[in-house]
Order: sequence, then structure tokens, then C-alpha cells
Amino acid sequence: MGTQKTAAFDYGVLDEILARHRAQPEAIIAILQETQEHYRYLPSEIFAYLAERMRISEAQIYSVATFYENFSLTPKGHYIIKVCDGTACHVRKSIPILERLYSELGLSAKKPTSDDLAFTVETVSCLGACGLAPVITVNDKVYPAMTPEKTSELLITLREEMQNAQD
Amino acid sequence: MINQEYMMVDGIPVPLEGEKNLLEVIRKAGIKLPTFCYHSELSIYGACRMCMVENEWGGLDAACSAQPRAGASIKTNTQRLRRYRKNILELLLANHCRDCTTCQNNNNCKLQALADRFGIEGVRFPNTADQPKLDTSSRAITRDSNKCILCGDCVRMCNEVQQVGAIDFAHRGSNMTISCAFDRPIAESNCVGCGQCAAVCPTGAIVVKNDVHKVWADLDDPNAKVTVQIAPAVRVALGRAFNLGEGENAMGKIVAALRRMGFDEVFDTSTGADLTVLEESNELLNRLATNPDMPLFTSCCPAWVRYCEQNHPELLPHVSSCKSPMQMFGAIIKAQYSTSERRQVHVAVMPCTAKKEEAARPEFAPGGHPDVDHVITTQELIHMIRESGLVFEELEAEAVDAPFAASTGAGVIFGVTGGVTEAVLRRLAGNKSPSALRAIAFEGVRGMEGVKETRILYGDRQLRIAIVSGLGNAAALIERIKAGEHYDFVEVMACPGGCVSGAGQPYVPQEQKAQRGKGLYAADLQSCLKRSEENPLMMSLYSGLLKGRVKELLHVHYAANHTAQGEE
Repeated sequence: MGTQKTAAFDYGVLDEILARHRAQPEAIIAILQETQEHYRYLPSEIFAYLAERMRISEAQIYSVATFYENFSLTPKGHYIIKVCDGTACHVRKSIPILERLYSELGLSAKKPTSDDLAFTVETVSCLGACGLAPVITVNDKVYPAMTPEKTSELLITLREEMQNAQD
Repeated sequence: MINQEYMMVDGIPVPLEGEKNLLEVIRKAGIKLPTFCYHSELSIYGACRMCMVENEWGGLDAACSAQPRAGASIKTNTQRLRRYRKNILELLLANHCRDCTTCQNNNNCKLQALADRFGIEGVRFPNTADQPKLDTSSRAITRDSNKCILCGDCVRMCNEVQQVGAIDFAHRGSNMTISCAFDRPIAESNCVGCGQCAAVCPTGAIVVKNDVHKVWADLDDPNAKVTVQIAPAVRVALGRAFNLGEGENAMGKIVAALRRMGFDEVFDTSTGADLTVLEESNELLNRLATNPDMPLFTSCCPAWVRYCEQNHPELLPHVSSCKSPMQMFGAIIKAQYSTSERRQVHVAVMPCTAKKEEAARPEFAPGGHPDVDHVITTQELIHMIRESGLVFEELEAEAVDAPFAASTGAGVIFGVTGGVTEAVLRRLAGNKSPSALRAIAFEGVRGMEGVKETRILYGDRQLRIAIVSGLGNAAALIERIKAGEHYDFVEVMACPGGCVSGAGQPYVPQEQKAQRGKGLYAADLQSCLKRSEENPLMMSLYSGLLKGRVKELLHVHYAANHTAQGEE
């Protein structure tokens, strides 16, 4: 009912974020953004805690979190790949890039994250880099003038990178 | 008056008298501008666009969110506006369940009424209504998102007036819904069951839980002895459905109708309220001696009790240990007939949806047998009367049954905000003269305001009393108390205006609810006994049935699952 904490969850991170914004309800978007930055998504455990500390209802926070496309309630992959599908990228064939990603990773618009939590593929409406179209970003690093072939190569590099990091 | 500012509405000058918005000016001019999302007690939302009017430059303004302007000229009924309104209705109907005949709000639906009013003969768009998505988890209300038009009335009621915040908009655009956090069933949210969302819902998307069939089933059972109690607020809200005036006291006819429907014995919850007055007054006096720092909060309103349990568990020790009048009376009736050969069934007719949840609480089911088996609302009783075919208007008024036939005016006024306080003040007053009794009514306890305050002298001590209705007002008062402000007695009713405005009552706009309160005060004037302690039944109960059982039958300890035990 909003007051129960989940024991296993570390609320210290939230406390820091809340302190920065003095737990002001007006700062709800900034607080959610910083929370998402830390966890890479919005874990369900945070809602009751934020509601209690900010003195707004869980339903209100859920309302904000589901309104903005940028917030995710499900865990995202290690690599978040954003495919620009703005007008410029679209006419320069961004969709085949997206389809290549989907087919190689076994993903779809309904299932954007791979089961091993390695990759998340999303589209964005414009990254503001139309001169470099078609553009994709991987964890905010920009890859300009992409093709489906270059995308496949990039995936191989990323997998290797992750493998090396694990070893 | 000289220099009276005015504006033109459909060519007729209408004086401006400080109206908040254009809509109020237009309605004052005698034009029923259609709205879905406008309620005078809620913030302006401006979403439904039904109240659009044409200004002198041919532009369109939503009247609810436009300022009245002296000298302006607007039109409310043009070819263009009629076309727009029809368009809006058609678009709303395009993804709305249109099974009106099987909807609980059939003939009680704004969408249906406006479709009729604007002559919608067909919908040009394909029907994209979802399958019904029912949430039947709550004992108080039933939700069906398939019938929602996203006007947001429920959200603003829950957040602004009640400050509960159980529901809000979720998602965006065509995916938008009204939902609890994580789309959880409403029963798993912090909903307190006040039902005010259902009261303001213009369609059948949120309705009062219907328990009529359970009552019919027990009435048909020859092995069941079915008793019933009628709450004070019901008698002044039911009549209008049967062509009586708003606020007209229909108690006698209700008693007659219930007997004709097959109830074995009919009682008045006001009798239970008299017990509450006596017990709560005693508790207050004890408290003044033992715990003078904190106020005693009333406990009649189950939505308030639930709210307190969830949001302020630390205050529970200061909430009266008295059961509500309904539960006190239910316990007494069950005790009285405990040796009955037939199965005992007790039904309560209430103005309230939260009472349905209260009756089901384990605290009120000794040995697993609830003291009150079924709670039906005023709305449900209206349905039952209609279903039974009784011509209500023509029924002869009848009186309630012995042995619990006696009640007082103090019990009757429980149904309106300030009533409990006034009844307790009558009990505590040192001066028992009729003029002193009448004077209590002018001590600031009456009126539909959400926050009232009064001070009375008890012995040599001045008692400070607050009366709040609407949970948002309660929340604000609690903040003040926590900040150190002192009160001795606080009456809280969850619904704005008290039980007369309960969600189980037929919906009327805020302005008309005061009529119901007046009806109760009129019933008080007509009753021979005005003070609960004068009720002769009380004497015989305390020396008979209640002997040694006062605590068991009349008191309760709310030990909510996430609450520290507190009461001494």
C-alpha cells in the first residue's frame, strides 16, 4: 500500500537522487530520468518508495512513467541500439537497417530486448543528425551513414567487446 | 443597477456576476450546455470539447475554460457547433461499448443522454470498441475500461477532492487508459472504496458494485429470516427516482416497500446512531481526562477509517473505538435473534459504497458470520423497487418494527456532515432546555462546507471541534494537527457533504445535495425525541441485551495489518 519496502532492494541510490531534488513532486521527471540512468530502466520497486517520499500517489508516478516513451518499465539490454527513423533517415533507408537488427537478434517492435539482456533495439523519431543519415546510436555513440551490412559487422564487434569484458 | 457588466449569449444580454468561466454564465442564461468533463467541484480539464461556443469572430472557445468578458458576444447553438458536437459524440461512440440495454447505468448515462439529445442516428466510423475489461476485484465498485471516455472526472475526484490517488491516466494517445499503478486490480491499490469516482463517472465505466441478486436470493429462501436497516441519508435521496422532490423524506414509503418485497423486519439505522452517540460521548469524556493532547476522531465512515489505516496508521489509536452505527446495529440485531430457528440474514440499505467493504471486514464477522450480510445502496434499492413492480408513489407510509422502533432526531442527522458532532454536542450540553438545543444548530456545525470549526464550553473547559468532509480536507486538517494545532474532537466523513452525498446515492450536482441535508434536519424537527439519551430503547438495551457485552457488540479495535497496536 505504498509503505512497504522490499527488503532486497537498495534504496540508497534513490535517497541520493531524491536529496538532489529535495523530493519535490515537480521534479518527478528528473528524478525518474536519474533513476533510469542508474538502473537502465525503472524497477517496479521504486514506485511505492518514491510515492511515499514525494507524497504523490503511485498511480501518478506510473502515469508519468508510461506517458514518456523514454521511460522503460522493463530491464533494457547492455547495448541500447537506437535506429533513427526520422524523415531524412527514413528516405535514406533506415527500415532495412532496423529489419536487419530485428532478424539477427530475433527481436521485434513488441519484443525489443534480447532474453540474455545483451541488446535492446528501439526506433527514435529524429536524432538531429540528418546530414549523417541513416544514423544509429549504440549507448549514445553515433554511427553515421549506416547500411544493413555495416550493421551486421557492428553487431559482431559489439558481441566480441562484451565477451572480452566478461573474460 | 448602473454600469452592470454584461455579455451577449445568443443575442440576449446576461449580467456578469463574478462567474469563474463562460460555462457558468451560459448556464445562468438558462442554456444547458453539454459537458462530460466539467464538474464545479473539480478543476477545469477542457478535454471533452462538448461545451464549445462560437465567439464574435467565428472562433471556437471551450466555455468551461474561457473567461467571461464584458461586452463579448457568443453563440451556443449554430449549425457548425451542432455538427462538431455530433462529431465528438460519434467519435466517442466509435470505440465505446454500445450495449446500453445490459449496462448497469442504462438510462443513467451522460453519453447515452447526449447521443439522444443530439440525435445521433448512426456512427459513421467503424466500431473499434475493445472487449469488455472488467475489474470486479473491489467490493465497492466495478470498473469497465471499455466504457471509459477518458474525461478524467474520476481521476480528478480521486486525486484532488479525496487525495487518495488510487487511479490516474496511464500510457498515451490511443493507448491511454485510466488505471492503477501497474494496471493492478483496484482492490490491490490504495482505493478506500468511497466510490466518488463512480458518482462522477458520466458513463458506465465505474459503477457501484451490484449486490441485489444476493438479497433477492435470501428473500426467496423460506428458511431465512431477513431483517433490514435503513440509513438516515437514504430516505432523503431515494424519492426523486419516484417523482418525489429532492430531499423529501420517503422513510415511511421505503419501510412499506421493503415489507412488500418480503423483508421480515425493518429497522432504522438512526437507532444504531443513538447508540453511537452515547458510546462516543463517553469515550470523548474519558479521553479528555486521560489523553487530552490529541483529538478523538470519529469512526462512523468506513472510507475514512480505511484512509487512516493506509495513510496515517499512527493516528489509529485516536480514532474512536466505536463501531459505525450500521455495525453496532447489525451486531445488536444478530444478538437479539440469535436463537431464531431460521437462518438470520441482515441487510443494510446505505448511501455508501465503502459500507460494502466495511461489512465484509473480519472484525465484524464474529465466528466467520458477518453481522451485516449484505449492503445495498440507495441506487440498488431503487432498482429493487422498480423490479418488484411496486408503485412507490402510491404506497402508504409505514413505521419500523419493534423491538427497535425508537430513534431520535440526533440519530437521523448523522446522514449529513456535522450531524455526528451536533448529536454529540446535544448529549454533552449542560443546558438541556429546548432553546439551548436549538442554539447548537447555530454553533457552526451545519452547512455543506468541507471544513467547519466550532468551540463549546464543557464544564470549565473550552472544547475545540473540527468537522471535515472530503478526504482531501481531512488530509489538510491532519497536517495542521501534526504541526501542533489542537482539537478535542474531529468528525470526518469521506464524501464531500457527508453521507447524503455518498456514492451509493443517485447522482445529483453538488448544489442539490444540500437539499438532502435540509430533508434530514426537517426529519429531526419532526421527531419527538431530539437527544440520544432520551431514547427509551437505550435504557432497556443497556440493562438487557447489552449487559456485559458493550465492548463486544459496540466497539472494535482496528488492527490493520501494517499498523502498530495502539489502543489502551
